[in-house]
Amino acid sequence: MRLFHWGMAALVVSMLAAGLLMVTSLQPWQYTLLNAHKAFGVIAIILVMARLINRLRHKLPALPSELSDGQKWVAKASHWLLYGLLFAMPLSGYLMQYFAGRPVAVFDWFRLPAALQVDIYNYALFRELHGWLAIALIGVIALHVGAALHHHFVRKDNVLKSML
Amino acid sequence: MKYFYFALLLAPTAGLTANAPPQVSAQRFVDLQQGSANFAGFRRAHAKGICVSGEFRANGKLADYSKASLFRNGTTPFTGRLSIAGNNPTAPDLKSPVRSLALSFTLSRTEQWRLAMNTPPVMAVADPHTFYQQIKAIQAGPAAVKQFFTEHPESNEFLAWAGQYQPTGSFAAETYHSINAFYLVNANGKQHAVRWAMQPTVSVAATDLHGDDALQQEITARVAAKPVVFDWVFTLAEPMDDENNPTKAWPDSRQQISAGQIVLTGTTAQLEGDCHAINFDPLLLPSGIAATADPILRARSAAYAESYRRRAKEQLHGALAGSNNE
Repeated sequence: MRLFHWGMAALVVSMLAAGLLMVTSLQPWQYTLLNAHKAFGVIAIILVMARLINRLRHKLPALPSELSDGQKWVAKASHWLLYGLLFAMPLSGYLMQYFAGRPVAVFDWFRLPAALQVDIYNYALFRELHGWLAIALIGVIALHVGAALHHHFVRKDNVLKSML
Repeated sequence: MKYFYFALLLAPTAGLTANAPPQVSAQRFVDLQQGSANFAGFRRAHAKGICVSGEFRANGKLADYSKASLFRNGTTPFTGRLSIAGNNPTAPDLKSPVRSLALSFTLSRTEQWRLAMNTPPVMAVADPHTFYQQIKAIQAGPAAVKQFFTEHPESNEFLAWAGQYQPTGSFAAETYHSINAFYLVNANGKQHAVRWAMQPTVSVAATDLHGDDALQQEITARVAAKPVVFDWVFTLAEPMDDENNPTKAWPDSRQQISAGQIVLTGTTAQLEGDCHAINFDPLLLPSGIAATADPILRARSAAYAESYRRRAKEQLHGALAGSNNE
């Protein structure tokens, strides 16, 4: 569970960094990074689904009892928002490629299909959505990290320690 | 154990800082290309063009070099585009120094190939940052261009070509070059560096051409009368040839293989045609073709993507505004 969490965290941070870099860079490694981003995006959506199943099958440690009902609700809602964004990111990324008629290659293993006819309107929709979701994801991650640090340093409870 | 997890998290950010910021971003590059022009929904470069359709008739001679399905004996349809350089979709055809042919092959749902070819056989510069300076010089005027070329001896082959190039009277009579080199990869994984050109099968003098759309009108009438044919000729590199430098042509003595014929059978105004929605990103490759490390080629995907994103967004806004007004 912890390895899953931190492995996923490393993947998500890498994907966001790669995404922000590759849309601006004209350097020779851009093409390599772009292809890696797409391939790892496919791996990410598989991992997110595995993680969701894992999450639903296991009972989580209870939140500290001294949290108010409002705080508990925010903690739960922000986690489900995080799962939603982690799922929507690779999905919107794939759909923008699909409508642009660009098959996504997962290294040399296999390729995901693309539309036979380019649909520029749906490309535009999912391209912009992918960008906006990335910003939302960065925001929710910041909230998530902030909350973990708040538990550890301000409330001095066991929430962050239980994840290490 | 806890440090291991933190290290895992920090690894990607260490990679981020190790890469120095690029000298020119895709956004700055496309800003320069579009200039002060505001033609919503159109390409930022090569804005003016006409859609073409047709098929590639392969003779099978390249099938041993590349496993891409279109090189096997047979025909593959394409959607294409003939265009002129520049940011203005209403510019006069005959004023542009560069003409282009772009093709899009849909081989299957998982295999697509986009090609973007121009009349010059080589680039004047070898990297996107210097290319940016070249475009800036072109926009500044002849004195700046002269200054730029004296400071960039790598432009010599391009200048020699430009000095003797005579624009023809038809899109059908031009030679269109891949400029950048690619690798052909065969079924055994063996790769071979190549460049290619679409060579014309007709010659047309540049006489009796009138009006801003002279080339578009000429090609429309020509294709309506008879299919327009190009030979698709590949040049194979020898080990001493540099496939990563687009400013240097390879010697004429290199082996050439004609893979078959490109046959244009239809034309459509770009706003009504299928080509307008397509991003002709030359790095969208099928299995059997791979990118070289040529820095200009490597920069093309990001620059094309930025141009495509901008115009796609404008087209979507236009479509939404249009449907609200109805």
